[in-house]
Amino acid sequence: METKNLTCINCPMGCSITVELDKDKIISVTGNTCKRGEDYARKEVTDPTRIVTTTVRVTGGRSAVVPVKTRQDIPKEKIFDCVRELKNVQVKAPIRIGDVIAADIAQTGVDVVAAGSVEECAAAAGSIEE
Amino acid sequence: MREYDIVIIGGGPAGLAAAVSARENGIESILILERDDRLGGILNQCIHNGFGLHTFQEELTGPEYADRYIRQAKQLEIEYKLNTMVMDIRPDRTVTAMNKTDGVFTIRAGAVILAMGCRERARGALNIPGYRPAGIFSAGTAQRLVNIEGYMPGREVVILGSGDIGLIMARRMTLEGAHVKAVAELMPYSGGLKRNIVQCLDDYGIPLKLSHTVVDIKGRERVEGVTLAEVDQNSKPIPGTEEDYPCDTLLLSVGLIPENELSRGMGAVMDPATSGPKVNESLETSIDGVFACGNVLHVHDLVDHVSKEAAAAGRNAAAYVKGSRTVKNGGGKAILLTAASGVRYTVPSTVRPEQMEDSLTVRFRVDNVYRGRCISVYFDQERVSRRKRPVMAPGEMEEIVLTKEQILGCPELETIRITVEDE
Repeated sequence: METKNLTCINCPMGCSITVELDKDKIISVTGNTCKRGEDYARKEVTDPTRIVTTTVRVTGGRSAVVPVKTRQDIPKEKIFDCVRELKNVQVKAPIRIGDVIAADIAQTGVDVVAAGSVEECAAAAGSIEE
Repeated sequence: MREYDIVIIGGGPAGLAAAVSARENGIESILILERDDRLGGILNQCIHNGFGLHTFQEELTGPEYADRYIRQAKQLEIEYKLNTMVMDIRPDRTVTAMNKTDGVFTIRAGAVILAMGCRERARGALNIPGYRPAGIFSAGTAQRLVNIEGYMPGREVVILGSGDIGLIMARRMTLEGAHVKAVAELMPYSGGLKRNIVQCLDDYGIPLKLSHTVVDIKGRERVEGVTLAEVDQNSKPIPGTEEDYPCDTLLLSVGLIPENELSRGMGAVMDPATSGPKVNESLETSIDGVFACGNVLHVHDLVDHVSKEAAAAGRNAAAYVKGSRTVKNGGGKAILLTAASGVRYTVPSTVRPEQMEDSLTVRFRVDNVYRGRCISVYFDQERVSRRKRPVMAPGEMEEIVLTKEQILGCPELETIRITVEDE
């Protein structure tokens, strides 16, 4: 049997929750004050997920980078795969909020989308015309 | 001299929400003056998610939250000037500003809304001994370097202060390949949101060292390491508890201070507890027709609260311009709002019953972590409400709502007192 200790994030109480596990089966959840705590703990020990936010390099834009996020939450253990894949991605301005930056990141089935806009840099736009 | 009905100083979340609200309340002539080269303020560099749960019932990143308001402002054709620094505001609401295209110019404003936000406490405010090597950044500066400029400030990092920006940067630097060795917090509790401690530190195995501080910074040219030590109840380092952390970077997340040079220059009465101007129920400062909202008034932890507060400032400034208010600034009966035992401050600090909207949200912070206590409200000697709070912390803003009916029902009322009490 395995026990996991968590801190609930649903409210400032921050209950310390203990989950007892037998392999993948949850035996007990203790320490929570409300139902939300139990739900959180069950999800956290069986299928923890996070929305990942980071930046991606931009060429020809008014900023060097654009903020991006996974459109939905992805498994927690895929966070670093996601960020590493995005290290090799470079996008060209202009970029609008919601543009898909990378599809199916780290084989999660989730797309990474732009969370900010970057306009074309005036100088860069000029050089394209030339 | 150009004239506007309302001039808003700052185009961040507070300024934008105030502008949108003033326009929706019938004011045509509005100008936002913004120092940066874009609207949105600090939200542009807060690329993490978690914004807007209250306002939009969804979780947005900072730039997305800002974009919602920027689009509204543009749709409403609200005028704004970027790259524009306001130099001075006179009590008669003459605003002097400058930028590269207009040079120095002055504007006469029917009403002014202060929305300049806040800035970070710097190393100078901390008295940490040692040389002044490169590699010491405020957490917000590091955030700007990484998220906007695309530079990494360092590889081996120690963070002092567990405010939300420090916690967020611990995760951000880790994702960018840095090794964050520890977050040290002087107090026995964190100043950040629980959620950030779990998702920014615990998720990545970064230790949070409560009751610890930096007692030495090593290195002359570049930071080579820092020494952390445990502190006693009086925040004094305990000899023998020193631990060395080799690192090339020290981030400071040690508090935010409202940016009120303009307010002080104008002669607005300040509140030492918030470092912001004192305001009445209309969020109007001691200067007639000058309103304040957002982090320049008091530091918030959720932008959703800033937007709400700023919308109220916009409505009140609109009413002021339209002359629909019955009581002048400084005139009429004012009830004092006071922070009693356990409460650090209240915003606003006075209430004029005649000028109140149907209800008034009073925001405040407690001075310590309290478990199983109550928030009580006293009208003079009489307790009028008492609400049980399982836990309260200085890092989480509290609020109570007063109704106009309730206050008009007590014509002799002089002082409203908010306090933390035992059950």
